[in-house]
Amino acid sequence: MSLATRMMTARRKPGRWHWTDIAAYAYLALGVVLMFGPVLWLGLSSFKTQAGLLEFPPSLLPMSQKEVAVPGQAQKLPLFEVEMPDGSKRVLAQVRRIGIQAQMVDPANPAETIRVPIDKRMPVREFKLATENYTEPLERFAFTRFLWNSVFVTLVATIITLIINSMAAYALSIYEFRGKTAVMLMVIGTLMIPITIILVPVYLVITKLGLVNSLWAVILPGAATPTGVFLLRQYMLTLPRDLIEAARMDKASEWQIYWRIVMPLAMPALAVLAIFSIMWRWNEFLWPLAVLTKTESYTLQIGLNAFQGELQTQWHYLLAMTVVTLLPVALVFVFLQRFITTGIANTGMK
Amino acid sequence: MATAETNPRREGAGAAGFLAAPLALLMRLVDGPMRALQRLIGERRMAYVFILPNLAFFSLFVFLPLVINLVFSVTGGAGLFPSERPFVGAQQYGYLFDCGSFLDPSSCREDHFWRGVSNTARFTVFQVTAMVLFSLLTAVVLNMKIRARGFFRAVYFFPVLLSPVVVALTWKWILQRDGLLNAAITSIGGERILFLVDPSWAMFWIVFVSVWAHMGFYTLILLAGLQAIPADLYEAAEMDATPRWRVFWRITLPLLWPNMIVVIVLALIKGVQTFDEVFVLTGGGPGTATLMIVHYIYETAFANQVQNFGLAAAASVVLGIVLFALTLAQLAASRRKGAA
Repeated sequence: MSLATRMMTARRKPGRWHWTDIAAYAYLALGVVLMFGPVLWLGLSSFKTQAGLLEFPPSLLPMSQKEVAVPGQAQKLPLFEVEMPDGSKRVLAQVRRIGIQAQMVDPANPAETIRVPIDKRMPVREFKLATENYTEPLERFAFTRFLWNSVFVTLVATIITLIINSMAAYALSIYEFRGKTAVMLMVIGTLMIPITIILVPVYLVITKLGLVNSLWAVILPGAATPTGVFLLRQYMLTLPRDLIEAARMDKASEWQIYWRIVMPLAMPALAVLAIFSIMWRWNEFLWPLAVLTKTESYTLQIGLNAFQGELQTQWHYLLAMTVVTLLPVALVFVFLQRFITTGIANTGMK
Repeated sequence: MATAETNPRREGAGAAGFLAAPLALLMRLVDGPMRALQRLIGERRMAYVFILPNLAFFSLFVFLPLVINLVFSVTGGAGLFPSERPFVGAQQYGYLFDCGSFLDPSSCREDHFWRGVSNTARFTVFQVTAMVLFSLLTAVVLNMKIRARGFFRAVYFFPVLLSPVVVALTWKWILQRDGLLNAAITSIGGERILFLVDPSWAMFWIVFVSVWAHMGFYTLILLAGLQAIPADLYEAAEMDATPRWRVFWRITLPLLWPNMIVVIVLALIKGVQTFDEVFVLTGGGPGTATLMIVHYIYETAFANQVQNFGLAAAASVVLGIVLFALTLAQLAASRRKGAA
């Protein structure tokens, strides 16, 4: 409480409140609701049962009707609060419904059946997380396949990206060679060519390579990134040259210098690129959408998109799968937030 | 160095180390052939060996496609391979620009392309305007002397990391007929609105959602610019008892202008290429009310029954020219930023 009070009363100068301070905190409070709210709502909704999702107006928390096991009944029975003819209230379990009458029993005394008009009963609700939204897609749909495809694409693409981009950055930062300027210009050139304008011909190249519907079709085209080369080169330029010269004196091969000396030293820059690459790959949409046409090769993003088209009514699965898709990125963000934001601030790229 | 500064570094290095560990063996195996190669061509020419994989990827997946794109755009037929495609000259471009009136997409032969152009233009104008205003406002607020600044910055930034599919589905769930927003509207006595079925509302929401999702990125760029403004300028203004709006107008905005230009141009470049979120949220609908250029290209080349690669390539070339112009503008802007 005291922390919150202190937070809310912080101002530019002690004793002087300017209206802009109040406006600023109001704006920030609104921002928290507007930015966090939708994702929070997604998370809460993903734990609601199918029936719970159809409710209007929706309840805030995942609630569902309480059920009890009654001796002599094969299945669990839904609980209702019933207004009896004498005006008293009792909690009864419903055995079956016949027209506008419901057959109900008292869970404590299952032998006696009570007939109740259906408008005299109100469902008893309890807070319950519908975890089956998460477990059932794992068994029923190709969801595990999508998940695995996404993990595979993300990891393999990130490893390839780190290796070939660091090799190029190493060449461009440590050596002087003929054509270096031309190569630099080529790298800058690729920075300006997004996949959106070469969609068709890249598809042709992938077809020629026989990779349509293979995960490699998603991995390969984006593996060499000009952003990555720049990021790593800028960092490698700051490494001490003496170290490399000393290694050469000791008869280290150029490959060893790259792998054993430069790479470990460039770890901070490599980590930034790794995080970026994981984000790019996990979230990639347009290109996989164009090149993956078979369900078994879908990544999570493509699978989710296909799902929302096919299963318009199955929001309970869709929401849970959306949360699963969001989770890795959320975890990366929670642990590496400062890292990512400084990375973006330094490179001006995302 | 403060611990707060070193921690993320260590964590990040750990993550990269985790990826690197299984590769160590492979890299050691590569050393033998590499050493032999080095003996053959000499130490300095090894640079070419290091640069080769990257250049091969760039050539195969960027430069070659650029050339093929041009070939596609001047050939016809349904074949994918250039050898199967007859030369048709500028016919594809002719089809694209075959319009009764450029202001009325339905008078065009490729009406979807022009709907895409007009929707993308409107979307980009609204989106860039809203993006610049809100990221500027947010950056200014975050730059004030407020508590928990890191937390608030994270709040505005985190949607940047979400995938477009996740963003679109999150909002689709809120905006649907029985969604949270309609529940709020009916609870204060309003009528339900079919947000994604009404063309104007659909356009509003794709602009809103894309600002929501990407604002954090631009806020960060502007925040970096604000923090670079010397504090003594503000102190001097405070001593003169200059009103705050005047300080903003006369000091903040002019000094922030280079960053503003970068933000505007970057947002323009991204805006023109908008596809993912809109595709999942509205599917280009209702009708063609939110159909974008990239959506048209995707549809023409991949989603339609008859795949028309030539037309899609011609549209990509047109889009490419627009992007090239915008990129030149960006370069000019960043040069001015460097000079400032």
